[in-house]
Amino acid sequence: MVTSFSQNILKRLDQGICPYILVLFHMTMGSLLVYLYPRSNLAFLVLITSFFSLYYFNTHRLFKLATGVILTLLIFPVVGVRNIFYLEVIFQISVFSALALGLNIVVGFAGLLDLGYVAFYAVGAYLWAFFGSQQYYILHYAPGTQPSGLPFLLPGDAFYLFIFVAILIAALTGILLGTPVLRLRGDYLAIVTLGFGEVIRVLANNLDKPLNFTNGPQGITPIQRPTMPHFAVDSFNALFSNIVGHRVSAADMYNVMFYFFALIVIVVIVFVTRRLDDSKIGRAWTAIREDETAAIAMGVPLVKMKLAAFAVGASFAGAMGVLLAGSRTFISPESFSFMQSIGVLSMVILGGSGSIPGVILGAATVTILNLQVLQGLSLYLSQLRQSDAVIPIIHFAWANLSTQLDPAKYQRMLFGLILVLMMIFRPAGLIPSKRRKRELSSEANVIEE
Amino acid sequence: MALLETIDVVKRFGGLTAVNKVAISIEKGKIVSIIGPNGAGKTTFFNSMTGIYHPEEGKILFNDRPLHGLRPDQIAARGISRTFQNIRLFANMTVIENILVGMHIHLKQSPLQTLLHLPTFKNEERDSEKRAEELMLYVGLKGIGNELAKNLPYGGQRRLEIARALAADPLMLLLDEPAAGMNPQETEDVTRLFRHIRDDKGITILLIEHDMRVVMNISEMIYVMDHGEKIAEGTPAQIRSDSRVIEAYLGRGAVAGQHEEKIK
Repeated sequence: MVTSFSQNILKRLDQGICPYILVLFHMTMGSLLVYLYPRSNLAFLVLITSFFSLYYFNTHRLFKLATGVILTLLIFPVVGVRNIFYLEVIFQISVFSALALGLNIVVGFAGLLDLGYVAFYAVGAYLWAFFGSQQYYILHYAPGTQPSGLPFLLPGDAFYLFIFVAILIAALTGILLGTPVLRLRGDYLAIVTLGFGEVIRVLANNLDKPLNFTNGPQGITPIQRPTMPHFAVDSFNALFSNIVGHRVSAADMYNVMFYFFALIVIVVIVFVTRRLDDSKIGRAWTAIREDETAAIAMGVPLVKMKLAAFAVGASFAGAMGVLLAGSRTFISPESFSFMQSIGVLSMVILGGSGSIPGVILGAATVTILNLQVLQGLSLYLSQLRQSDAVIPIIHFAWANLSTQLDPAKYQRMLFGLILVLMMIFRPAGLIPSKRRKRELSSEANVIEE
Repeated sequence: MALLETIDVVKRFGGLTAVNKVAISIEKGKIVSIIGPNGAGKTTFFNSMTGIYHPEEGKILFNDRPLHGLRPDQIAARGISRTFQNIRLFANMTVIENILVGMHIHLKQSPLQTLLHLPTFKNEERDSEKRAEELMLYVGLKGIGNELAKNLPYGGQRRLEIARALAADPLMLLLDEPAAGMNPQETEDVTRLFRHIRDDKGITILLIEHDMRVVMNISEMIYVMDHGEKIAEGTPAQIRSDSRVIEAYLGRGAVAGQHEEKIK
């Protein structure tokens, strides 16, 4: 009864002008709250969720597009610059959205469980890390022994070129890995890809000898960024410094720039994914996911199509890798652990395997849980620990609480919980994928009858 | 001229010879059946022809070209299309999408055309959608193009599988127990459909079927298999009076009966 009642209300609210008011209200409330309380996680959550109420409510396409653009291109960066931590959250959400969208092609569409997806991310990151740093000149030095004052191999602006190079190289890596592996099905494929992910990480860890390609566990730094046009900082300051409250430095502006790059990648991925999904290739992928035997009997070349899925998924991760290397100016093997692959996978599963909005929602939820909720709880606990507070009834002093119970350490448990709970209660994800409805002439006939 | 010819095909699973030196020859434009008791090796023989299994010995010629070593998708591209004994639709795809997958080998859209939605792509999609609708009507599915395949009733799923197979524009259609689980009316309907397919489209049909009403009604030639071997071939009339066939169907029961008595 309660659910039908609330559904009824939602339906009411979703008619006529109501949704427009709701979305705009949500958005302005969010912006206002963040403006008034720049340190509050809650205020930020209100703002972020307005993006999803924009998706959920039934409004005109143009309105959605315009509001979405204003939110992502104007409000998020301005808010982010005001509190640079928010920008980090937004940037991470967009990075993980892009990764999850890439993995979604492999797992969601083609149904190939890839547990080593982060390897392709690493390929892209190390590609730019090598060519965009001094690494080339210290090939013959052991890590840490290189002389100072070495030149950079390529200018920072080669970054743009390397986004495309990384797309190619990562796709090739995907094909190279896929060729021997894709004859396997299901669990076997998962295990082998898991191994491959580890191989790439171990390679990155150990390729500091005989020739020092990756600088080993220390990682490569500094990695160059593309040059920031000076007018970007100036014009941003001229426009928004009143709202932001302080002058924005070039370093902060870089974060905004990389956030925009990530957005561009996301837009490209969504575009490519949607176009492919609605074509011979996408249908072949879904057919493979549904029933391999039937698909191949219908003339779908299994290995070729699986390789295509791997290559497309990998290429997006490669592009994001270059972005990561450029934005962080530092890369080490730690960033590409197995946990990262699992994290991205849990985003896909939480959001809804095969569903584009779902996967983005999944990426946002997991990232916020990780960066804000868990860390916020940790912060709160450590405050309690430092105070003299005592848990009532059992008379346990917070100060005695073991640091092992720090919520920030329970990221893995969170991934595990998400995967298990989703499998039990909502296997299709938060926003399940839907097949496109076509306008068919025979359907029209039925309605006429 | 024979469209499909198998010469002494042998398929073994370890020590079990599931198909033993089976030779058949199917004329173009004919409706041919393979019958035989359960476990006779009929489906294994089908799978050997469609590349799911690779026979150890023997040759399979389709259109005078050997199918040996080809993958199932390559064989499909040569013009053999099939349905499955236990329906294998793409359950979470719509009816129309299932049929469109069947057209896969004929679609020429390149990735670039797909990404840019060039007119060639759009035209091809529109045309194939239209053809898919025609096929839906042809097999007797109407107005459910956007329904998920898994939501169709049993008979509808069988029909959809046939439509999907037809979408590949095959020269030959292999149907594995297409009337299984159907009521008499449905059986009669699909039997008529098979005859239509052959008459309208000139598609050669090879079917495995247990329902003798279907087999005797539409087959022009029947092969009988038992224990992996071909034990008889001929017209329905010849098969009906063939002593080995009667033995295979009835004699087995008698032998089993004696065996049980011995145990007692």
